[in-house]
Amino acid sequence: MLRLSDKLAQRIRSHGEASYPHECCGALLGRGDGPEREIVDLLPLENRNGNSPRNRFAISPEDFRRAEAVARERGLDLVGWYHSHPDHPALPSEFDRAHAWPWYSYVIVSVTQGRAGQITAWRLDDNRTRFTPDRLEIAERTPV
Amino acid sequence: MSVKILIPTPLRPYAGKEDCVKVDARSVGEALDLLTGRYAELRKHLYSDDGRLRNFVNVYVNDEDIRSLQKEKTPLHEGDTISIIPSIAGG
Repeated sequence: MLRLSDKLAQRIRSHGEASYPHECCGALLGRGDGPEREIVDLLPLENRNGNSPRNRFAISPEDFRRAEAVARERGLDLVGWYHSHPDHPALPSEFDRAHAWPWYSYVIVSVTQGRAGQITAWRLDDNRTRFTPDRLEIAERTPV
Repeated sequence: MSVKILIPTPLRPYAGKEDCVKVDARSVGEALDLLTGRYAELRKHLYSDDGRLRNFVNVYVNDEDIRSLQKEKTPLHEGDTISIIPSIAGG
């Protein structure tokens, strides 16, 4: 299960809408290395895929290192990544699966005609063959 | 040379849950060999079957990508930090 405050969920939606028709992306900072995980903060990042930003995203190694450093400084872990699917459902694509890593949480927000919709969460299985949906709990409280 | 290797979160389950491992090595290749010798399960995540570093894995020494240095032959100095950085992308 992945816990997320409604404030953070709204930030993901807003990032997806602001980036539309391009994909947005960012880091999920939180706690939990087991089945239960809590997102405490986000780090919005620039989509570095300059060739096809409407249906691809990429995070540079420099941004990755920055996200890890921010997490370490705050006593958190870099527990996953979020990105948007402009005019597509919030389901992981084959390209998502091929480039994903086990352990991380992957959050996807669908953005249709510039308006954010469904948010889903996923984890890749250990042998990298498929994504499993993670139950997403969007709570009103703010994580501490 | 005593150097530290930073392990990214998705690889920590294969590295005894450590976020940082110290080794004594003269090159990046030697450091990674020592690391994967200590944690054998890591090897398949870092190297392909032909023994090359996977395309989806970036390795930095301090602030430099080893692809712009001497790749796995990049020499190390006392106190260097090696970062293993997974490529993050999707669609």
